[in-house]
Order: sequence, then structure tokens, then C-alpha cells
Amino acid sequence: MFYSPVITNAAEVAQSEKLHLFRYVEDPEQVKIGTYETHGGYKAWKKALTSMKPGEVIDEVKKSGLRGRGGAGFPAGMKWSFIPKDSPKPRYLICNADESEPGTCKDRVLMERDPHAVIEGMAIAAFAIGCHLMFVYIRGEFNHSIDRMQAAVKEAYEKGHLGKNVYGSGYDLNMVVHSGGGAYICGEETALLNSLEGERGMSRIRPPFPAIEGLYACPTIINNVETLASVPHVINHGADWYKTLGTEKSPGSKIFSLSGHVKRPGNYEVELGFNLKKLIYDPAYGGGILGDKKVKGVIPGGSSTPFLTADMIDVNLDYESLTEAGSMLGSGAVIVFHEDTCIVWVILKLIHFYRHESCGKCTPCREGTGWLEQIIRRIEQGKGIPGDIEMIEDVCGNILGRTICPLGDAAVMPIQSSIKHWRDEWQYHIDNKKCLVNTGFEFK
Amino acid sequence: MILNDDSVTLIKERVGLYPRHKSAILPALTIAYHQVGHLNDDVYKEISKIIKVPYVEIAEAATFYTMFPKESVGKYLVQVCHNISCALLGADSLVEYLEQKLDIKKGETTKDNLFTLVTVECLGSCATAPMMQINQDYHENLTCEKVDRILEELRAKG
Repeated sequence: MFYSPVITNAAEVAQSEKLHLFRYVEDPEQVKIGTYETHGGYKAWKKALTSMKPGEVIDEVKKSGLRGRGGAGFPAGMKWSFIPKDSPKPRYLICNADESEPGTCKDRVLMERDPHAVIEGMAIAAFAIGCHLMFVYIRGEFNHSIDRMQAAVKEAYEKGHLGKNVYGSGYDLNMVVHSGGGAYICGEETALLNSLEGERGMSRIRPPFPAIEGLYACPTIINNVETLASVPHVINHGADWYKTLGTEKSPGSKIFSLSGHVKRPGNYEVELGFNLKKLIYDPAYGGGILGDKKVKGVIPGGSSTPFLTADMIDVNLDYESLTEAGSMLGSGAVIVFHEDTCIVWVILKLIHFYRHESCGKCTPCREGTGWLEQIIRRIEQGKGIPGDIEMIEDVCGNILGRTICPLGDAAVMPIQSSIKHWRDEWQYHIDNKKCLVNTGFEFK
Repeated sequence: MILNDDSVTLIKERVGLYPRHKSAILPALTIAYHQVGHLNDDVYKEISKIIKVPYVEIAEAATFYTMFPKESVGKYLVQVCHNISCALLGADSLVEYLEQKLDIKKGETTKDNLFTLVTVECLGSCATAPMMQINQDYHENLTCEKVDRILEELRAKG
């Protein structure tokens, strides 16, 4: 069966007493339920279902400080507690596996190499909110993740971890593996809901929030794959143990997808608060920059997050440190580019993506991303005109905060940040009708 | 009928999993796409009958999702990611290399109807860039040598 060649630090994680998400991801047998159980799998689900009350599960996860790993960083336990206790409607849990933020490739590894960990985390979350039918929404191109998850779900049913009267508790839990249509917007939770209902993937106005009216207008919780895969460890070892990892405000570990101009791109699980410079340069992780060139910039949390310049990369990878540095932890996708990279070229790549992925519902985002691409493309092609930077800033200002979902903001923030950090280079490009640095990345 | 018995069975199985039939639209479109290679009105009409959802609602959803080609493509749909992580490692020149090897431009299909070359948005393979997806399969950490080998194998298969 297919096995993604992506590098991980599984060996380091196996040696560590605390890191846990990647412990078995280099073991090809881990996808099988027998191996997963031998490695302690489904213990947490059994413990939660047979010895805890739903409220206790929520409290433990709240206490652990586990925050959403999909991008927003919202505390998972708190999100679960928003489910109305007295609602007579069915409740739904959805695992968001529509991984498509450029730079992010971590959820795919978890689903392909440790699918039962995702199912177990989902089961615990489902029980906590009183859900009996849960979904994993996987982006349509991830055929191998879909196959792996489907095979794992089948095994989980056969072994009695899912289905009717799980562990004789009287609790029924069913699971559906759903394949999406490859739209970035469907990673936004309200667009995901529409998509799962068979509609076009367009975001919904909030309120009502999904916890009140989500899938089929019923209370719904949507969590990222990595968030849910962390839950069994919180339940097994307790919130106090979980909090010994990471920082006070960002407890736990996190997978960082490191890509771009580094010698060892890969997925690395480290404690939150890990130093970004170390992640890029340490031989155990990124191993430094290709050709030993200098770093020009880093996108620390997926293509939607503002840039860090070379002098800003001695920063800790946690929610609060990156916010302080003017950026965001986002999905933990660290994209590195070196000194021979034209910033206008980078931005053109990004805005093209957002224009393509804009769902078209809100005018500022639909029209604005198109205008931005046109202006940025003409600058990159050496046809920029005086005033283009100001026009870009004006369009950005009219998108930011004026759309239903955060896609508009996501398109704008890197552009604004690039102009802030490299305004001279933008101006050079317009004045001299060419790149300041010779960008041309050859495929060999 | 365009959809074969296997596809129809798979689609019917999916419908039973959801509280509402409409939720089976995307999985049904995916099953149809994997069999046919693209989607069109005739496919929507067949799906409409199988899952008992009006044709217009199938078409409405399908036309939103660019993952599904809406016109006939070659037997092998070569989709090259051209977003930032892949571009930093030469995705643009990978596209040029493929154009040269296949003797077509981006968006075109070879005369023998074997290959269609397109660029796509991020496929979540950023730490194994550059990459391309051919039909259902990912090909990662690409080099010229690897691309040559993959194309040769597919040509030999026909």
C-alpha cells in the first residue's frame, strides 16, 4: 500500500517520554488495529466511556489547555462545552481533515500512518458531547487517507470500538468517512457544514455558531485531525501530565510541517514553545538552508499568516510568542525561503491561490482577490505603475474584516506583511520593472 | 448508462450512511469521477436518479468543486501543484519539463489521448515537494529522473 515518503522525527519521539503523536508513525504495522491496541490504543476510549461522565471528559480536556491545531487555536474543551445540554436534537462531531492550507501536510500523515488514533480521539469527543454519528471530512484528493481511514473504521467496528452498545455501555456510536471536493474553503467550518450537506462549499453567517446550529441545523462540533488525535493522550495520562509539555498558555506538543528552502523538509512533532531557528537549522530537523544561503523570510503558520524576516526567527513556536512577533501559529506550517527569492513572486503565488479558492459569496473577497492578483501579476511581469503599492494597500484594507469567513483576511495578511517588511523591494520592482533578486527555481 | 454496476452499488451504499440523501452528493460525484474520469450533465442525471436528489442540486454542487474535471481528459490526468512550497523547489520548471516531455502546453491533452497536463492548488504534500498527482496517485519528491520513469511506465501501460 502507498506510503508517503515524508520525513518525520518518529525516532526522536519514541525516545521521548512526553511526545506522543508521532511515536509509531514509522511503524508500517501501526495502521492495523491489533498493533494499535498492543501500543495502548483504544484504552482511553474505553476509560472515557466506561468510567467517566461526558462532563468529566470535557473538564479534563478543558483543564489540559489543548487548543485547536487547525489554525485558530481555540481551546478544544471550551468548544465542546458550548453544546447546549438541553437540546433534543441529535448532536454531531466532525473531524476536519480538509487539509489544504499551503504548507500544511501533517493531518495526512496521521490519517495515513496512525488512523486509529484519529478514530479514538473522535470517539472520545463524540461521547463528551453526546454524539452518536460522527464524520471525518477528508479532502477529496487524499485518496490514500480516505482508504486508510475507511479500512480502520471497518476494523474498529469489527473489534467493537464502534457500533451498537460499545463495550457494553449502552452507548451507540457510528462513523462515516466522507470525501470532499478538494476546496480549500471547506476547511472553514461553516463551509464544511454546507459541503457535507451536499451544497456548494460557501461559508455561513455566524451566529448561530455550529455548536448551536451546525450540521442539519443540529448542535455540531468541528475539530481538526491533530487536535482529536491528541485527545486520547490527555485522557490516558491526565490534564496535569499534558500541561507538563509546552508552555503555560500553549500546552502540549504540535506537529510542524517544515517546507521550502530547507535541507530536510518534513513533519516534526515538538513541544509548543520550540525555537523556530532550531527547527530550521538543527540537523535533527530542517538541517539549514539549501546551498547554505541566508534566510530571507519565513511563513510560520501556513500561507495565511504574516511573514517573519531573518532577524525575527529566533522566536518560540507557541500561540503567544508568535502573536507577539506579529504573526500567528496557525496550522504549524513553516515555509522557509532564502535570499534569492523575490517577494513579489512569493506574493503572486499566494494571491493566485486565494483568488482560486475564494468561494465567491462575499464581494470584497471575490472581487478583491481578483484585483489583487491582476495588480501583483503586472508588477511581477515588469509592468507595474507608480501607485500600485498604494492601490494594493487600499484593496487589502477593504477586504480585511469585511467578509463572512476568514479567507479574505487570510489572503490579505501576508500581502500587508510583505509590504511592511519589504516595501523597498516592491518599489524596486515597480521602478526597475524587474526582480531585485534573480528568482528561478530549477527542477532537477 | 454511463455509470457501471460497481459505481451504482457504491453510490447506493453511501446514501444509506447519511441522515439526508443530499449529503451523498459529493461521495457520489467522487465515485463517478473515479470511474468516468470527468463529470457532465449526463452523469449528474444518473446520480440524481440513484440518490433521489433533483438533478439541479447535483449540478449546483458539482460545478463548485474544481477537483472534478467537467470535460473529457486524457487517460492520465497529470496535476502539478504550483503553490508556494512546491514552487520554491521548482514546480514552475517542472511544468515546463512536463510540457516538453509530453509535447503539449498546460491545459492540453496529448494526441494519443493518454495525458492531460494541468496545474492545481496545494495538495498537502508540501514537505515532499515538488509533487504531482496522476489520477488517484501522489508522486512526491520529484526529480527529472523520477518523472521520466513515471511517464515511461504509464506509456508502457497505455
